[in-house]
Amino acid sequence: MNIVVVVKQVPDTEAAVRPDASAPWRINESGIKFIVNPYDEFAVEEAIRIKEAKGGHILVVTVGPPRADEALRTCVAMGADDAMRIDDTQHRELDALSCAQLLSKAIAQTPFDLILCGKQAIDDDLGAVGTFIAEFLGLPHVAVVTKLEVADGKAICRKEIDGGTQKVEVQFPAVITAQKGLNEPRYPALRGLMLAKKKEIKVLTPAMLGVAEEELKPLSRVQNLEAPPARGKGKILQGEPESTAVELVRLLREEAKVI
Amino acid sequence: MGQEILVWAEVKDGTLRRASLEAVGAACQVASRTGDSVAAALIGNVDPQVLTRLGQAGVRRVYRVQGPEFAHFEACRYAEALQAVTQHSAPSLILMAATALGRDLSARLAAKLRAPLATDSIAVEMDATGVTVTRPVYAGKLRATVRLTAPPAPVVTLRPNVFSVPQPQDGRTAEVVEVSCEPSPVAHKVTVQETTYSTGEMPDVSEAEIVVSGGRGMKGPENFAILEELAKLLGGAVGASRSAVDAGWVDHQHQVGQTGKTISPNLYIACGISGATQHLAGMSSSKCIVAINKDPEANIFKVADYGVVGDLFEVVPIMTAEIKKLK
Repeated sequence: MNIVVVVKQVPDTEAAVRPDASAPWRINESGIKFIVNPYDEFAVEEAIRIKEAKGGHILVVTVGPPRADEALRTCVAMGADDAMRIDDTQHRELDALSCAQLLSKAIAQTPFDLILCGKQAIDDDLGAVGTFIAEFLGLPHVAVVTKLEVADGKAICRKEIDGGTQKVEVQFPAVITAQKGLNEPRYPALRGLMLAKKKEIKVLTPAMLGVAEEELKPLSRVQNLEAPPARGKGKILQGEPESTAVELVRLLREEAKVI
Repeated sequence: MGQEILVWAEVKDGTLRRASLEAVGAACQVASRTGDSVAAALIGNVDPQVLTRLGQAGVRRVYRVQGPEFAHFEACRYAEALQAVTQHSAPSLILMAATALGRDLSARLAAKLRAPLATDSIAVEMDATGVTVTRPVYAGKLRATVRLTAPPAPVVTLRPNVFSVPQPQDGRTAEVVEVSCEPSPVAHKVTVQETTYSTGEMPDVSEAEIVVSGGRGMKGPENFAILEELAKLLGGAVGASRSAVDAGWVDHQHQVGQTGKTISPNLYIACGISGATQHLAGMSSSKCIVAINKDPEANIFKVADYGVVGDLFEVVPIMTAEIKKLK
C-alpha cells in the first residue's frame, strides 16, 4: 500500500492568536508555537497502522513556508517514510482551492492507493482540502471517518453524520479524512526523532509542478481578522444550592427568556 | 441582478432540517437586497409537505433530483446532482446549512464548480462582484471577514442557530423543476451500507438550541444522566468538554471545543467545566452562557452571563425539579 498523508502546520490549540496589527488578514506569529494539525495526526497514525499491518510506503506532504518542515519531521519521526513540502513563500495568500491544486499535482507524480488527511485544519477551520484533492484527482472521498478497515482494494469506513454514523464502502484509490476517535496518535520514539532530523525534505515550488500563476489566484481572500465581541459581565450567584438554583431558573426564564 | 440564490434543502427522516430553513431565511434576506429570487435544490425522494414548507418560506422554484441512486446521502453523487441543478439555475450564490452533510457536500461541489467556498459562516452579504462572509476561525478565537469572488457562484455554508427561520406564509407555492442526473463512475465507487442514529430523540449538539454540557467536574460517565435529564426536559442536547471525552465518559460526537464542535445555541449550560481556551473557543458564541462550578476562580465564569458557584450535583437536580414545576 502506498499512502499519501496531507498535513498542515497550525498554531498550537492553546495559542492565544491575534491579528497582525500591520496586516490584519493574518495572525501575528510571534511567540506562537506551531504543531501538526491534530486531525492530521490521526491521519498519519492511521497510515502507520495500515503500513504495519500490510506493508507499504508513506509519503507525507504539505503546503507551507520553511517552518512547516518541522511538522513534516514530526510525521517522519512518527513513522512516515518520505516528506515533501510545496513552498508557498511566494504565494502567502493561497486559498484552499489553490493549495489543493498544488497538492493534487504533487500527489499525481507518485503512485498511491490511499490519500489520508485530517477532516479540517484547526486554523482556518474550512474542512475542504481533502475533498478538493479527491475531486481534482477524480477520486471518491469519505469525510470525517472514525473507523477504517482496509481490505483488498477498498476500505470500509465509519463516517460521522449529525446524530449518528454511516458505514461506507469506498474503492481505492480514494481520499479519506480523519476525525478524532479514529485512533490514538503515537509519540515519536527516540529512534524516529533521530531519523527525522536527518531526513531530506523534498521542496517543490508551484512552477516545478507546472501550476500557472493564473491558477493560483485566490478566489477567496481573508480581508480582516478580529476578536469576537467581548461578553458583558455576568451575574454570579453564591450561596445555598436551593436558593441559587431556583434564582438561576427564574433569571433564565424571566430575564434571559431562554427557557 | 435577478438571478437565483440556490439553497440545498437537507431532509432528514422525510422532514426538512431546521438549519436548512434558516439557510432559506438567509437567502431571502440577501435576495431582498439584491433583487434575486430564492430557489432550492431537493435531492432524493421527498415528502410533498417539504415542497409546501419551502414554498411557504419564500422559495420560488424547487429543482428536484430524484431516483434510487439518491436514496442515501453520498457527497460525490449529491454534488453531481447539484452541479446538474446549477446548469438549469445559473445561481449567483449557493447556500446550505453547515451540518455534517452540508459541510461534506459543499466542499465537493465547490471543487466541481471551481468556486470559492466558505464554511460555517455567521453573516453573508452579496454585491455585483462577489460575496462577503464572516466566519469564525481558530475555533472561534477570531472572526474572519472573507471576500469570495464571483462568478462562479460562491458556495457558502451557514452555521446552524444563527439565522432565523422565515415565517411561513400561506398561499405561496414553489414551482417544481425536475432535473435529471446520472451518477458518474466515481460516485459509484462509494456505497453507503448502513446509516444509524445514536442519539434517538435528542438533537445533535451542533444544532440544538439548548446544550447542557459536562466537564471533568462530572467525575464519571454515570453522572452524565443528571445532565441528560435536564437536557431532555429542555428539549436540548448533552455536550462535553475535551477532558470528559478524553476520559472516555462521553462519545466524541458530543465534544464542544477546538477539536470538537463549535456551536451557537441559545442557551449553553456548562457544568463542572473549568473553561480551557480550547473549550471557550467552541462555545463562546452561544447566546446565553450559564456556568455551574465549585471554583469561583474558574475561567468559565469570565464568559458566563449567569453563574452559580456551587456543587453541580446539588444545583443541577434542583434546577431540573424547579423547571418541571414550571412546565
